[in-house]
Amino acid sequence: MAAADFLINYLPILLFMGIACAVSGAAVIGSLLVAKQNPDPEKLSAYECGFEPFGDARSKFDVRFYLVTLLFIIFDLEIAFLFPWAISLGDIGLFGFFSMMIFLAVLTVGFIYEWKKGALEWE
Amino acid sequence: MISFNLIPLLPEIYLSLAAMGLLLLGVFRGNESSSVISWACVMAAGIAALLLLWMPPERMIVLDGMITMDRFSVFMKYLVLAGVAAAIILSIEYMEREKAARFEYPVLVLLAGAGMMIMLSASNLLAVYMGLELQSLSLYVLTAFRRDSVHAAEAGLKYFILGALSSGMLLFGISLIYGFTGSIDFGLIHSSLSKFAEIPAGAIVGLVFILAGTAFKISAAPFHMWTPDVYQGAPTAVTALLAMAPKVAAIGLLMRLLLGPFEPAAFQWQQIIWFLSAASMITGAFAAMMQSDIKRLMAYSSIGHMGYALIGLAAFSQAGAGAVCLYMLIYVIMGAGAFAVILCLRRDGRSCQRIEDLSGLSRTHPLLAYAMAILMFSMAGIPPLAGFFGKLAIFQSAMTAGLYGLAILGVLTSVVAAYYYLRIVKVMFFEEPTVASLDRGMPLARGLILILCLVFVTGFILAPSSIMATAQNAAAALFPE
Repeated sequence: MAAADFLINYLPILLFMGIACAVSGAAVIGSLLVAKQNPDPEKLSAYECGFEPFGDARSKFDVRFYLVTLLFIIFDLEIAFLFPWAISLGDIGLFGFFSMMIFLAVLTVGFIYEWKKGALEWE
Repeated sequence: MISFNLIPLLPEIYLSLAAMGLLLLGVFRGNESSSVISWACVMAAGIAALLLLWMPPERMIVLDGMITMDRFSVFMKYLVLAGVAAAIILSIEYMEREKAARFEYPVLVLLAGAGMMIMLSASNLLAVYMGLELQSLSLYVLTAFRRDSVHAAEAGLKYFILGALSSGMLLFGISLIYGFTGSIDFGLIHSSLSKFAEIPAGAIVGLVFILAGTAFKISAAPFHMWTPDVYQGAPTAVTALLAMAPKVAAIGLLMRLLLGPFEPAAFQWQQIIWFLSAASMITGAFAAMMQSDIKRLMAYSSIGHMGYALIGLAAFSQAGAGAVCLYMLIYVIMGAGAFAVILCLRRDGRSCQRIEDLSGLSRTHPLLAYAMAILMFSMAGIPPLAGFFGKLAIFQSAMTAGLYGLAILGVLTSVVAAYYYLRIVKVMFFEEPTVASLDRGMPLARGLILILCLVFVTGFILAPSSIMATAQNAAAALFPE
């Protein structure tokens, strides 16, 4: 079918997926077949620097860590957008400049909100 | 160079600016200002509606084809703004009584409204996704707004997980469509799909995934599982919003997608819509009969209503699209009225939501009982109320398009659905009040909304042709010749 000729463009992706499957499959199946399997309780327990594992890995921690992480992600993304913008500022002109200014203004509204709400204070 | 014609986007821009400004005002003034901010948000929605009035009627495509503005999007945006404004007005007194009044609430509703408006005039799959996420993220937060309540938190989490899943399905569908047509622009997708002698299977899979994603948003069966739980768990004021505006936006988006870029694949999507419609009508009719919670009942009722609306889309005709527009108009107004009544159900200062709480309402609160009875009759589609005309237009378009099976199924499920609407009337009028009487007093603004809805529902028969003509006129914009 002539209309679907463009699908040939996706051939590298198909090849890549095939190779990825083959390589990872070979690693799993190869180690299953070749390696000597002799499990005992010590081997199966979690490795923790030679100690006996103490306590459950799923411990509770303060929900405020989530808040800080979320706030960090926002500004991290802002920086990720700012770098390419700064480099290509000469080409994108006033339109690009003001687009970023509007974006920053919107983020600033959020920043003022979180500051006033006290999200940045630990105590 | 990108054209700077932002005029068609003015209502959305205004709404977003107003939301941000009011957010800052609120954070500096504190939660005591929440009722002022609520009214300011209602006013912002009103001003956005005035800006829509000022839009030129012809089709405009701006921002490199990202946004299309035509009569259809204007019509649907009016409905969204009306739903948003009604939801905020209904919430003010409720949130204060529940001690949950916060200034973030109306601001989030406004942002959700802006997202819905972007969905309705998007003409690029990326713009669609952006609008959809803006509305969904706001709605997730609103659902879990009472974070100290276990039910609300559970509802919020459920809504978030299933909503994220549906967004993922939508994105996967979009990626397939991009792969097979080479574009995400509505016009280009249309032209490359019409070039195929036979639509490739991959593009059909993409279409199916996009349909599944949007079916989640309109809660069409079999993608309706989240609806009853979310409706029940969310604060009633949020349920009122969920039942009105997002449905309009998602149905509008579905119409624009299917009648626009996917019009060449009509033969394929008609079967899917046929199935979604039939399944929703049956689920809505039969599952609602067993409910004892009025919010769950409203959830199944809305699933059924979406099934009826989809009949008009399955008809794939201008008359069918016009019938859907009319149906959504009537649906939003009936929903606003019904939730105005449901919000009045409180006893000893606590809200209650069981159907048996309504028993004997005709003796204790006769006006409220008559109002609810009229709305239930209208939802059941009993002439001469507005709900009847909505269904009539839908069934007419189905008959013209030759969808006899769907039309007969629609009539049959209407009869089944009438059972549970009439059951509410029976409980109100013929059952003894078993428990203590409900609290008295109706806030002025809520009463006004209820009266407006009743006037529309009962007065529709006086001028049906002009309202139908407006809906048809809006739908005509989807069929450019």
